[in-house]
Amino acid sequence: MITLTNIEKVYQTKSIETVALQNVNLTVPKGEFLSVMGPSGCGKSTLLNIMGLLDAPSAGTMEVAGQPIRSYKDKELAHIRNEKIGFVFQSYHLINDLSVLDNVELPLLYRSSVSGGTRRKRAQIALEKVGLSSRTDHYPNQLSGGQRQRVAIARALIGVPEIILADEPTGNLDSVMGEEIMQILLDLNRREGTTIVMVTHDENMAQKTERLVRFFDGQQVSDSRLYDFQKV
Amino acid sequence: MRRKFFTFISLFGISFTLMVLMVVTALLNHFLGAQMPEQKLDRILYVNQLWLEGNGSINSSNPSYYLLNKYVKPLKTPELVSIYTEQSAVNAYRNGRKIIMEIRYTDANYWKVLDFNYTSGGPFGKAEVESANLVAVITEATSLNNFGTTDAIGKTLRLNDRTYKVVGVVENIPAIRTSSAADVWLPYTTAQTDLSKTDYNGGYAAMLLAKRTDDIARIKKEFYDVVATIPLPPSAPRRQRMNLQFTILKMFADSRTEAFVREVSSSTDNYVSVPLFYSFIIGGMLFFMLIPTINLVNINISRIMERSSEIGVRKAFGASSNILVLQFLFENILLTLVGGVLGVLLAVGVMALINNSDLIPYSNLGLNIEILLLSLLICLFFGVLSGVYPAFRMSKLHPASALKGGSK
Repeated sequence: MITLTNIEKVYQTKSIETVALQNVNLTVPKGEFLSVMGPSGCGKSTLLNIMGLLDAPSAGTMEVAGQPIRSYKDKELAHIRNEKIGFVFQSYHLINDLSVLDNVELPLLYRSSVSGGTRRKRAQIALEKVGLSSRTDHYPNQLSGGQRQRVAIARALIGVPEIILADEPTGNLDSVMGEEIMQILLDLNRREGTTIVMVTHDENMAQKTERLVRFFDGQQVSDSRLYDFQKV
Repeated sequence: MRRKFFTFISLFGISFTLMVLMVVTALLNHFLGAQMPEQKLDRILYVNQLWLEGNGSINSSNPSYYLLNKYVKPLKTPELVSIYTEQSAVNAYRNGRKIIMEIRYTDANYWKVLDFNYTSGGPFGKAEVESANLVAVITEATSLNNFGTTDAIGKTLRLNDRTYKVVGVVENIPAIRTSSAADVWLPYTTAQTDLSKTDYNGGYAAMLLAKRTDDIARIKKEFYDVVATIPLPPSAPRRQRMNLQFTILKMFADSRTEAFVREVSSSTDNYVSVPLFYSFIIGGMLFFMLIPTINLVNINISRIMERSSEIGVRKAFGASSNILVLQFLFENILLTLVGGVLGVLLAVGVMALINNSDLIPYSNLGLNIEILLLSLLICLFFGVLSGVYPAFRMSKLHPASALKGGSK
C-alpha cells in the first residue's frame, strides 16, 4: 500500500542544513495498522507528510496506494490525496466557519463526480459511524475535543480512502476520549480493512496496533510486529 | 472576531470609495452633462468671456451686448445665436416680505436654444422682445414663493420698479447650471441699461447653436476669424494717462466642458484640451481607487495567512492550488460586489441628502444607468485586482507548512 525506498528529507536554509529523514525503507502492506514512535524532532511528522504527499522527499522513491509517485505536480498529488488518503490531525484542523456536516463533506467538494445530495448523504453516514449524527448543524467551537476529533475522523473517512494517516490523533485528548478515538480507529482497521499509519507519543496506544516502528534522529531504529489483527 | 473585523474594514473601504466616486461622477455629470434645460450640449458653444491684456495688466469680464450683437450675432454658421445676461439679484416684496430673486435677461432665441420644461404657459417670443413687453417666465419655486401656487400665468411680479406679467412657469433649474439657472427670465429689452453703449465690457453672454455636431469646428473657425478682426477697445482716460494700452483682445467659443476646463486651467488659448481634462479626472479616480485596492491587498494577504491552516487542510483533502485560487478570487469578488452594492446605496443616500439640502439649490443628482454599470464594473475590477496577488501568494503555500500555520 505504501512503499518508501531510500527516502531522504533535508531542509535547507541559507546557513543550515537539517537532515530530517535519511535512508528510510518502509513498506506498509494493505490493511495494516502501523504506529510510528520516537522523540520529538526524530522525523515522525515529516515521514507522515511524505507518505501523505504533503511534502516531497529530497531523495528516494515511493509508491502510495499502488501508484508510483513519479512527479510532484500540485494537481496530480491533490488528486491522489483526495482519492486515496484521509488525514486525522492532532489539532483536528476543522474549519470553524463551517458546520460539522460541511466540514465532513469537504473532501467530496473536490470530487466533481459527486453531487451535492450524495455528498450530504455520505457525510451523514460518516457521522453516524463516529456517533455524531445529532450534531450535524453544530459548529466546531460548540464541540468537545473528543467530538471534534470524531468529526475529523468522519471527514477522513467520507472519501472511503485506502489509507488513513493520523498524526497524534489522541494527543490533545484526555485518556477517556483518547481511548474512544483509538477504538474508532481500531474498528475502522479491523472492519473496513483501512490501512492506518498513526504517529503517537503514547506507548499504550501504540501497543494496541499491529506493528510499531521507532525512529530516532531521522532514521528507523526498530520495527516490531505486535499483533496480527483478524480482519472482518 | 478578527475575521469579521477584516471583512468590515474591506467592505467599508470598498463601499466608501465607490460612494465617493459615484457622487463625484454624478456631480460632474450634473454640472457638465446634458441636463434640463441644456439638453443640446453637444451642439452649443458658450461665449461668456472677454479677455483684454496689455502692459502687464489683464482684464477678464463678460462681454457687452454691443460686442456680442455687432460681432457674434451675425455669424453665419450657427443655426441660432442667443444673447442673454448673467444672473443678477433683485429684491422683490410681497405682503411686506422681502424675496431675493436671481433674474436673467434674454432674447427670444434663448428659449429655442435651451429646452425648458414648462409646467404652464410658455416663453416670450420675438415680438414681445422687440416690443419690450413687460413679461416674465418664472420657476415653480418663484411662483410658490410669490403667489403660493405654481399656477401663476397672468399674475404680476414687481421687479426693479416695473410690473411684469407671468407668461410661463418652468421646472426649477439646479443652481449649478450657471448658464441657464435663474428664478426669473425677462426680455433683455426691458433691462434698464443703455444698449447703445459701445463699451466692450458688460454682463452679457451668448450661446451658438449648431445645426449638427459636425458644424462645431466650422463655427469655431468662423468665430475666431471674426474675433481676430475686432479692433482693440479705446483705453479709459485713466489708462491713457498712464500710457497703458490693451494690446490683445480675446473671446472664446467653448462647449460647456471646455469652458470649465478653461476656467480651471486659466488657459487663454483658443482651443483647450478636453481629452487631457478627462485623462486627469480618470487618472485621479484610478489613483483614488488605488489606495483602497492596496489596502485590500494587504488585508487579503493577512486573511490568507490567518487562514493558512484552513488552506493546508483543503490542500490535504484534495484541493489543488488552482481551485483554491479560484475560490479565493470568487470570495473576493463577492466581497467587492457586496461592497459595491453598499456603495451604490450610500451614494443614493448622499445624493438624496444633497438634493434635499440647500447645498446646491434645486439639485437633482441621481444615478444613471451608465454610472451604475461602470461602478459595478469597477467593483469587479477591484475584486480581481485586489485578489490576484494574495491568491498567488496563497497558491504557493506549502501544505505541510500551511497546516502548521506557516507562510512558506
